[in-house]
Amino acid sequence: MTNSNSNSGSISNSSILAIAIRAGIAFIVLCGIIYPLVSTGLAQLIFPHQANGSMIKDASGRIIGSSLIGQSFTDPAYFQGRVSSIDYKAEASGSNNYAPSNPDMLKRTQDSITAWQAANPDVPISKLPIALITNSGSGLDPHITPASAEVQIPRISKLTGLPADTLKQLVEKHTDGRDLGLFGDPRVNVLELNIELSQLRK
Amino acid sequence: MDILQMIIVIGVLVLLVKPLGTYVYHVYSDEPNRTDRIFGGTERFIYRIIGLKSRDGMTWKKYALSFLLTNIALVAISYLLLRLQGALPGNPNKIGAMEETLSFNTVISFITNTNLQHYSGETGLSYFSQMAVIMMMMFTSAATGFSVAIAFIRGITSRGSTIGNFFSDFVKSHTRIFLPLALLITLVLVGLHVPQTLQPTVTATTLEGATQSIAIGPVASLESIKHLGTNGGGFFGVNSAHPFENPNPLTNVIEILSMWALPASLPYVYGRFAGNRKQGWVVFSAMMTLFLVFLATVYTAEVNGNPVLNNLGVDASQGSMEGKEVRFGMAQSALFTAVTTAATTGTVNNMHDTLTPLGGMVPLAEMMLNVVFGGKGVGLVNMLMYAILGVFIAGLMVGRTPEFLGRKIEPREMKLIAIAILVHPFIILAPTAIAFLTDLGQGAITNPGFHGISQVLYEYTSSAANNGSGFEGLADNTPFWNITTGLVMLFGRYISMIAMLAVAGSLVRKQPVPETMGTFRTDNVLFAGILVGTVVIVGALTFLPAVVLGPIAEHLTIR
Repeated sequence: MTNSNSNSGSISNSSILAIAIRAGIAFIVLCGIIYPLVSTGLAQLIFPHQANGSMIKDASGRIIGSSLIGQSFTDPAYFQGRVSSIDYKAEASGSNNYAPSNPDMLKRTQDSITAWQAANPDVPISKLPIALITNSGSGLDPHITPASAEVQIPRISKLTGLPADTLKQLVEKHTDGRDLGLFGDPRVNVLELNIELSQLRK
Repeated sequence: MDILQMIIVIGVLVLLVKPLGTYVYHVYSDEPNRTDRIFGGTERFIYRIIGLKSRDGMTWKKYALSFLLTNIALVAISYLLLRLQGALPGNPNKIGAMEETLSFNTVISFITNTNLQHYSGETGLSYFSQMAVIMMMMFTSAATGFSVAIAFIRGITSRGSTIGNFFSDFVKSHTRIFLPLALLITLVLVGLHVPQTLQPTVTATTLEGATQSIAIGPVASLESIKHLGTNGGGFFGVNSAHPFENPNPLTNVIEILSMWALPASLPYVYGRFAGNRKQGWVVFSAMMTLFLVFLATVYTAEVNGNPVLNNLGVDASQGSMEGKEVRFGMAQSALFTAVTTAATTGTVNNMHDTLTPLGGMVPLAEMMLNVVFGGKGVGLVNMLMYAILGVFIAGLMVGRTPEFLGRKIEPREMKLIAIAILVHPFIILAPTAIAFLTDLGQGAITNPGFHGISQVLYEYTSSAANNGSGFEGLADNTPFWNITTGLVMLFGRYISMIAMLAVAGSLVRKQPVPETMGTFRTDNVLFAGILVGTVVIVGALTFLPAVVLGPIAEHLTIR
C-alpha cells in the first residue's frame, strides 16, 4: 500500500463514479446471473433428485408430494400432522404468528383439544403432546414427534382394523433419529408413514 | 442432549475462528501470498472490466464516496429490475411488477444487508429477481460491510498510511471469500435436500387425492449466501423455517455456522492487524460472554413453555412448540434465534412473534445492542466503538488522557462515536413512537395487549440493526411501513458507517504515543469486563423502558 493520504486527489470523484457504475453492472452479472446459473447446473448434474425437491412418485410416476413438505390429512384413519394455518397449501407458507398472550391462539388450541377428545376417546388429554395442537412455523411441517404418532395408534387401529403392534412397528420404522445421533429432535415423517399405511389398508 | 448439541456447535465455531480469521487477514493484508495465484487472474480481469487502474490507498472520504456510489448504482439498477420484472425473462410463475413503495423498501432492505421482507418470495418475486436482485445484493452488501470493517481496522491499527482501496477490497471480498464459499455451501445444501431448480411450481396429487401446488426454485444458491453474508432474506415467506430452505437439523447447523463463522472470526482478524492477537480474543470473549447469557435466556424460556398453554392439561413437557418445527425442537430453534439476531442475519427457523415473552426479548435485546458478533463487519466496528468509549470512561476515572492502541482519543473521535451510538436508539424509539401515535402505524398491529408494543418495537429495531427478522404478524406491507422502515434501514447503516470511517481517517494520521507503565491495557480480562459493562450500561440506559413496556409486561400478564 503506497502512502498517498497527503494527496487526496489520487483518484478523481468522477472516475470513482464511473468505476462504481461499471462495478454495479459487473457484479449483477457475476453474482446475480453467473453464480446462480452455475449453481443450478452443478446441482442438477450431481444431485438431480434433491435439486428438484425430493419428490415422491407413485408406481405410475405421478407426483404424490415432496418428502420434505407436509400434507393435509382429513381422513381420521390416517396419521394427522400438526396444525397448519395455511392448511398445507405449499404455493405459499406461513403461520398466523399468534403471540403467546393472544386469546385467539388459546381458543384455537382449546378447539383442537375438544376435537381430539371426540376423535380419540381412548387417550386421555394428559398424553396429548403439545406439538400436535400447535401451529408449525412454516405451516408445512412434514414431521410429528414420535409421541404424537404413538397417541394416534389406538384411533387408527380401531378405524382400520390393523393391530396396534403392526402400527407401532410402522411408526418405529419411520422414526428418524437425531442427525449424526446428535443434532435436532427425533421425528416421524407423516407423509411417508401414511403412504405405507395406505398400502397396508388395501 | 439439548445442551450437548448447542455446546458442540459453539465448540465448532470456536475452532473455526483461528483458521478462518487467518485466511481473512491474508486476503486483506495486501501482502503477497499463495492465494494470489488462485484468484489473481480473475481479479485482474474484474479490475479491467470495471476500469480500476490504480489500487492505491484512499483517504477515508474517498473510501466512503466509493462505497456509497457503488451502493447507489446497485440500488438504481435493482429498483428498475423489480419494477419491470413482469416483462423480463426468468419468470415461469408469471409474477407482475412490484409496487413502488414496496420496491423502494426491498432494494433498501437488501443493499443495507437488512433483508427485512414486506413481500413473500413465492408470490412477489420472479426467479430472475430472486437471482439478479436478491442474491446479487446479498453478495454486494456483505462485501461492502466487510470492506468498510477492514478499512476501519486498518485505520485504528496501521501507522501513517491510508485505510485501503475500496474497490480492491470489494472485489477481493467476492472472489476470495463470498463466491467460493457460497458455491461450496450451495452444493452441500443441495446434497442435503435443499432444491436448486429453475422449474416452476410443482403440482402434486396428494395421498387423499387433493391437489397440492408446491412452490420451488433456485433455493440453495440463495440459502448459502443468505447466511454467509448475514443477509437473512428468505426465498420463501417463512424463511429458514420452510422445509425446502432448511430441511433437517444438519442443514440447520450448517446455516448457523455459515452466518456465524465470519463475524466471529473478525475479532481475530482485528487482533492480527493490531499485531497483538490478545486484543482480538478480548473482543471475542466479550461478545461470547454476552451471547451465552442471551442463549441461556431464550433456551430456558422456550423449554419452560407458554404458561397459557401449559395450564390446559396436555403434555406440554416439550416446551413452547407454537411457531416451531418438529425437526429443530427447542435446542436448534433457540440456538438459531440467538445466532441470527447476534450476527444480525435475520433469517429465522421459528416464528419470533410466537416466542414466549422472555424468549422474544432475547432477539430484541441482541439487535438493540448490535455488538454481539454483529453482521458483516458492522458488529466488530460497533464493538470497537464501545471499546474506545470504554477506554474513554476508564481514562476519565483515573484522570489520564485516554489512549487506544497507542493513539490519543480526543474530542473529535468522541463526538463521532457519540453520534454513532446515539443514532441507533433514536432511529428505533422515535419511529416507534410515531407509529403508535398514528392510525397508519397502529392499524398494522395484529396481537392485542402489550405484545403489540413488542411487534412495532421489534420491526424498527430489526430495521435499525440491519437485521431483517420480523415479528411477522405485523401487517407491514403498506406505504407507511415501507417508507418509514426503509428510511430507518438507510440511516441505521450509513450514518454509523460513515462516522466510523471518519474516526478511522482521523486516528490513522495520529502520532503513536509510546507505551508506558501507566498505559491502560486493552488486552486483558479487566478490559473485557469493562467492555461488557459499557455495552450493557449504555444498552440498558437507552432501551430498558421500552423493553419493560413490551416483553416484560407481557410476561407478567401471562405468568
